[in-house]
Amino acid sequence: MKICISACGKDPDSEVDPQFGRCNYFVIIDPDIGSVTSIKNPGSEASGGAGIRAAEAIAGAGVNTLLTGSVGPNSFSILSEAGIETCSGIRGTVAFALREYQAGKLAVLESPNASTHSGIKKS
Amino acid sequence: MPVPKTPVQNTITITDDCFLSLCTGGKAQLMKIAIASGKGGTGKTTVAVNLALAIEEVQLFDCDVEEPNCNLFLEFELEPVEEVICLVPEINPDMCTLCRNCSSFCKYNALAALPNKILSFPALCHGCGGCSFVCLAGALKEKPRPIGMIEKASPESSLTFICGTLNIGEAMATPVIRSLQRHIDENRPVIFDSPPGTACPVLSVMGYADYCVLVTESTPFGFHDFLLALEAARALKVPVGVVLNRDGLGDSRVEEFCRAEGIPILLRIPNDKMIARLYSEGTPFVKEMPEWKKKFEDMFETIKALACKNTGV
Repeated sequence: MKICISACGKDPDSEVDPQFGRCNYFVIIDPDIGSVTSIKNPGSEASGGAGIRAAEAIAGAGVNTLLTGSVGPNSFSILSEAGIETCSGIRGTVAFALREYQAGKLAVLESPNASTHSGIKKS
Repeated sequence: MPVPKTPVQNTITITDDCFLSLCTGGKAQLMKIAIASGKGGTGKTTVAVNLALAIEEVQLFDCDVEEPNCNLFLEFELEPVEEVICLVPEINPDMCTLCRNCSSFCKYNALAALPNKILSFPALCHGCGGCSFVCLAGALKEKPRPIGMIEKASPESSLTFICGTLNIGEAMATPVIRSLQRHIDENRPVIFDSPPGTACPVLSVMGYADYCVLVTESTPFGFHDFLLALEAARALKVPVGVVLNRDGLGDSRVEEFCRAEGIPILLRIPNDKMIARLYSEGTPFVKEMPEWKKKFEDMFETIKALACKNTGV
């Protein structure tokens, strides 16, 4: 079971980044075998279609569950198509977000919760 | 026209009539003038419409395809000319080998390669055709997707007027502008009403012009965005002149800058109640204030001379 968290850095102590398409890294944790890996988000510097590139990358990495903040319509359609469960409401560090998910505190997204380009507006 | 607050040193005086007639005789007939500005709401449409109505035998193109509003003032009956389409990929899943060539080629991220299929996002596609070119399996075909409309004023209208409109929800204005520009009659002068800003749609208009008129007002916002538009025009090597709109409002920063840089101020439209009232009623002020017809005609002659000498920038 691979769980992916959108983050500012590469490891479990990094702060999460709630902007799915524009975050810097995806930290991928498999609690069953205790592995932690990370991938650079190819969407972070895209001029457009950032969420599409981001969703493509985590689908390619074989992720089962995504923990993030906001997901736009384009990325949501890819995540659904790839069968990736998406939960929103992450805060704190990557490790903290994982614990919150495991405690059942993060809501599963049934539809996109952001408009396109909303990730560009982050400061 | 009111007396300027400060002496204007960069007013254009044309003395060499022989030289003028020599160069205006040929090229000027084909003159293409872009009416642009950085900031929105500075008076681009006002200048474009009044200039077009003042000079005869001209073609007016409304290139502000996201919000074309010349016809609010002209009120012509419009006839459809063509639908603007963008060629977007259609994937045959039976032939696709999931090689990912298409998605990694696409600079606009309009294609996503999932482990078991390729998804396409037509709204992001610029129609470059690269994906079908790099598809070795021949699984990609291009299909037309409508993104906008070109319309023209009916033949009985007093002016040749062509207008592009981007469909609601579409993001790409530039292909509509390009389609619009294919309807230019190369034998007559052209006036482009440009979109605001300095992004791709504006560059596609400025870059197609022989001369760029930047309409601005001497306010902090007006000046700031004027500088951006000026930088764009200079990058495209298009000569520039300025129309100061709502002259008398704000300060003299635009004028001082133009004087220092040698940029001609072609026309000043005063911050006048009558002009404002006619605008609010959707009436081009040259129609009600005939003295302005001459001023716009003079401006056109000046532009022809300046573009010919390629000064201004």
